[in-house]
Amino acid sequence: MSKSYGPCDTPGARGLALCEPTLFERSTPGRVGYSLPRVDVNEPPPLPAELLRDEPAAWPELSEVEVVRHFTRLSQYNYGVDSGLYPLGSCTMKYNPKINEDVCRLAGFADVHPAVAHQGLLRLIYELEQFLAEIAGMDAVTCQPAAGAHGELTGMLIIRAYHASRNDPRSKVIIPDTAHGTNPASAAICNYQVVPLKSNEQGLIDPDALAAVMDESVAAIMITNPNTLGLFEENVDRAAHIVHERGGLVYYDGANLNAIMGYTRPGDFGADVLHFNLHKTFSTPHGGGGPGAGPVGVKKHLEPFLPRPVIRKKGRQYALDFDRPQSIGRMRSWCGNVGVLIRAYAYIREMGAAGLKRSSELAVLNANYLRVMLQDLYKVAQDRPCMHEVVFTEKGLPNDVPMLDVAKRLMDYGFHPPTIYFPLVVKGAMMIEPTESFEPESLDAFITAMRDIYREAQENPALLHHAPYNTVVRRLDEVRAARNPKLTADME
Amino acid sequence: MRYLPHTDGDIVRMLTAIGISSIDELFTTIPEPLRMQGDLNLPEPMDEAYLRRHMSDLADQAPAGSCFAGGGAYRHYIPAAIDHIVRRNEFYTAYTPYQPEISQGTLQAIFEFQTMITRLLALDVANASMYDGASATAEAVLMAMRTTKLKRVLLSAALHPQYQETIATYAKWAGAEFVTVPVNAEGRTDFAALKKALNNQTAAVVVQSPNYLGVIEDTRVLGRFLARHKAKFVHVFTEPLAFGKLVPPGACGADIACGEGQSLGIPLSFGGPGLGILATRLVDVRQMPGRLVGETVDAEGKRAFCLTLSTREQHIRREKATSNICTNHGLMALSAAVYMALMGREGLFQLAKLNRAKTEYMKSKLAEVAELPLTGPTFNEFVWKPRQPAEEVLQALAKAKFIGGVALNGAAPGLENAILTCVTELCSRKEIDRYVEVVRAL
Repeated sequence: MSKSYGPCDTPGARGLALCEPTLFERSTPGRVGYSLPRVDVNEPPPLPAELLRDEPAAWPELSEVEVVRHFTRLSQYNYGVDSGLYPLGSCTMKYNPKINEDVCRLAGFADVHPAVAHQGLLRLIYELEQFLAEIAGMDAVTCQPAAGAHGELTGMLIIRAYHASRNDPRSKVIIPDTAHGTNPASAAICNYQVVPLKSNEQGLIDPDALAAVMDESVAAIMITNPNTLGLFEENVDRAAHIVHERGGLVYYDGANLNAIMGYTRPGDFGADVLHFNLHKTFSTPHGGGGPGAGPVGVKKHLEPFLPRPVIRKKGRQYALDFDRPQSIGRMRSWCGNVGVLIRAYAYIREMGAAGLKRSSELAVLNANYLRVMLQDLYKVAQDRPCMHEVVFTEKGLPNDVPMLDVAKRLMDYGFHPPTIYFPLVVKGAMMIEPTESFEPESLDAFITAMRDIYREAQENPALLHHAPYNTVVRRLDEVRAARNPKLTADME
Repeated sequence: MRYLPHTDGDIVRMLTAIGISSIDELFTTIPEPLRMQGDLNLPEPMDEAYLRRHMSDLADQAPAGSCFAGGGAYRHYIPAAIDHIVRRNEFYTAYTPYQPEISQGTLQAIFEFQTMITRLLALDVANASMYDGASATAEAVLMAMRTTKLKRVLLSAALHPQYQETIATYAKWAGAEFVTVPVNAEGRTDFAALKKALNNQTAAVVVQSPNYLGVIEDTRVLGRFLARHKAKFVHVFTEPLAFGKLVPPGACGADIACGEGQSLGIPLSFGGPGLGILATRLVDVRQMPGRLVGETVDAEGKRAFCLTLSTREQHIRREKATSNICTNHGLMALSAAVYMALMGREGLFQLAKLNRAKTEYMKSKLAEVAELPLTGPTFNEFVWKPRQPAEEVLQALAKAKFIGGVALNGAAPGLENAILTCVTELCSRKEIDRYVEVVRAL
């Protein structure tokens, strides 16, 4: 008696890497994967039928061994930082220390209900807020936001509340054209109108262009520094001055903080609000799409607007302070993504000031090494030293090969491709951020692969166009996925 | 430093290749006046052994006791297999699956997660996760306002107070007008008041079931009534395991179901990271926030999975996106997927039954020594009023090694001195009896 595994039901398809059926195709009625505590009380009177579901939720039925094998196989279809070079620009895919994975799972952290007063955890979060404030030169930090974009929204709501408190409602936010897409999306939730600011020929903010659009209707500018071209905004203090002079505030996207730790602090030259990405700069894992954490730092004048509650220290005791009349309110439940905060705290405690500074130095060194070793073949978007990431353009590639094909071909050489087609201001961008976590031998192997691919682009562009070949699936039909969305498995 | 692989020799070789003599030269693009003077003021670095001990010392400060607290975060048994899967480096050290050819593991797992969530909630489509129940609910309200182009939002007073506050934060500048619908003597949203508050300008009716007071709302009746109105029925939940027994949102006419998925195999972790869930009907899929995984084929016609319908999202649509969400809670969705696969349809049903049976047992015992003011049916949480001040009772319970519940400081009229207590499969009959004895002895 053989069973159908749907599309995986072909001879040999259960081999090492070819096809893993879905849970639903694997399901067999009567299989059990659970072990429940025994029933030690009597059956109560039933609930009214009107409140009950008509049929059980159609979750699949598998034994534990099948579930474990299923997800183990799926994990093998993935590529992570621990698999090899993962130079995804703007994402800071640095090593995720293993000790941090252990300590966040201590029972005294992981099994604690949020309604109790846990002095150890409140102290940890309080101290993490102090560390982050020191690193970025801010006066106060909240760890409530769950991700970078959540932090951005928190920051922009603080700006909105600040202007409202001064009876100075402003309707616009200036956002440079190099910004992450989350910036305008976050501003929009605050009902701000977005004013795009074109960067100059060097890929930087042009203070004169900024002065021309900055007026009393502008609430803030959102700056990413180093920007998404991997360049330090040299005029950032002048830009801040222009904005401040006309009553606006400076929002600082800290996504690229990994380039500058110990070298420069945004709070020292004009940042009023800033968010951190703990899952970038502070080594917490990306989890295949989160959870992250996006703490927000503010200067003194914005502290009353921080989300509620804040953690206060009174003597040797830590407590949650809800009495915050000017607060923007809650951004979420409880105190934040504590499991992530624990990892970031452990990272900072292990690295110390010198370790963090060294990380930034090596991140910048790695990026510049790649820039120099590739720039004879691949045209850099800005021909000058970069910070933690370098951006190339597809302009001038042999046979007009698109950057997408280069990226897909890199998988065949065993690398995760860099970010492509971002930032939007560069035609066919490839944005490479190697981080400090990769030794020069890995970088050299990547350089060799990039140079080989360039040669392949000259000799046989079709080879690239059909890449990858050595992956569990080949290039996908993503248009079909969007035209005829199939977002759940069929009922078996 | 063991996380930083470069030797001095490596650095010299790389600097030579670049054509400079010191790392500092790479930072000359930072103008001198913007440079930091001196070093960051952070504590001295710790070695691994010392760090482990320090972290254990902090963890050891956790209050000890059997947990009878719920109120949006629940202590359930987490099968050991889950963490073994979640700790596979290929899963937790990967980024959002932008490159599907080398991310099929994450993508298929999320596709399976979406499927199992829709089957639990009886809706057509679920996204790949949100941050938590509160922010998912706030996004659901914004989505309802977008689809109806209306601004009036009715909130049940028995909606989790943190969710109410988060909705207010998110929807403030979209011009939402909130109306709170009171709770009746059963502990349910007052249906008559809701009918009165509803008009043709209403974008959403937001009701949680089981609600913050533990009471199961009459969602079928509510759904039948709301079906005749333009307003979106947003069905919130904090305890998804309830739907192992109870009528799911989709089967009672909910347009959007949203809430917290922490009960699905995710540690309490002092409140985060949890799992935001948002599901809806296919007609509204293009207004949904968050990522979606879809099935397609590769160049050879083989089944494959990828992120899809991304024209809704911030990286394409920028200020016109349906949400600003980017990083979500993918690893928590994976935990939930493993959990749901292990439980299966029968395990979920038995678990839901066990939670309710133990709760009913505790209610019957506690009724001997305290007042149970609400008459509505419950799942695994309920409200009771001690004869002494609630804070004192909780302290006495803490002394006897119980985390006794959550004090409700007037969450609804008549509940000024009340406690919300939660009983899951992890609370044994012996513990329940001892808890009640502590209260009796006061």
